[in-house]
Amino acid sequence: MTKNNQDWPLWEVFIRSKQGLNHKHVGSLRAADSSMAIENARDVYTRRMEGISIWVIPSNLITASDPAEEESMFEPATSKVYRHPTFYDVPDGISHM
Amino acid sequence: MNLEQALYKYVLRLGDDSLILGQRLAELCGHGPILEEDIALTNISLDLIGQATLFLEYAGALGGENKTNDDLAFLRLEKEYVNVLLVEQPNGHFGDTIMRQFLFDAFRKPLLEKLQNSSDEKLASIAEKALKETKYHLKHSSEWVIRLGDGTEESHAKIQESLNTLYRYTHELFYTDEVDLMLNKNNIIPNLESIKSQWENTIKEVLEMANLSLPDNNWKFEGGRQGRHSEHMGYLLADLQYMQRTYPNMEW
Repeated sequence: MTKNNQDWPLWEVFIRSKQGLNHKHVGSLRAADSSMAIENARDVYTRRMEGISIWVIPSNLITASDPAEEESMFEPATSKVYRHPTFYDVPDGISHM
Repeated sequence: MNLEQALYKYVLRLGDDSLILGQRLAELCGHGPILEEDIALTNISLDLIGQATLFLEYAGALGGENKTNDDLAFLRLEKEYVNVLLVEQPNGHFGDTIMRQFLFDAFRKPLLEKLQNSSDEKLASIAEKALKETKYHLKHSSEWVIRLGDGTEESHAKIQESLNTLYRYTHELFYTDEVDLMLNKNNIIPNLESIKSQWENTIKEVLEMANLSLPDNNWKFEGGRQGRHSEHMGYLLADLQYMQRTYPNMEW
């Protein structure tokens, strides 16, 4: 492996495993452009029948939350159990809730 | 030579082309130019070895000597392999590997398309399965030929050199003898002339997009179909056959 591939942009790969399910992030790879990214994703991430559809997106187009703000972003939700709909009586006849 | 003997010889050619090219690409496992391409080439290698497994299994059944596909793959002498010289050529640099693959895929795809309609059901069903894989191989190799040919000055010069070197082996893809004539007459295999025009069209189209041109000379090398191989073949077979020769009947 040479280090040339560091010149190629990074792409995030999303795979839909079967009809009706959503595309899920599976990993990333390097490619010169979008069509090469699709082909590389096919070869790297779907060789064991993992999917029927692929999305790729340049990693630098993703805006991510800042890990440093984790406390203020996510901790306030931990103490608010009432946000889960767990205070209802579920009738006996309903099996999957 | 009866029809079954002719079919045996023909299926062996298909199997050997797949096997030897698959073996060549397998040499690159862990040595690809980048991680993604390493996996891509290894996938193609496995596809080809899978095709070889089916072809050689069928050849074994036709040959009438109770030979398995492993016997045929691992225990023949060099002069008994009938692959074209093109597929045994060394990997060289990445441009050489890709150009060899492209010249072969562009031939294999139209051939398999026609073999799907073979009057021999078994051959038709193997061709149908192999075609799906081969279509992808051709897409992959064509795109790389275009990328490298239409890329930087250096990549263009290198892959043009690969084309100049490898093109002389393509004539043999269309090698025809009494085996082909007999099978063609019985609608088991297509006429290679029709495959040739499709091959030429693909080559022309892709090379145009890649800004590459065919070499001026008209050199033609052949011999593989008759078991006369280039000096590279012995080394390849030494690798391929080592385990079975050293530990006879060894299984994974």
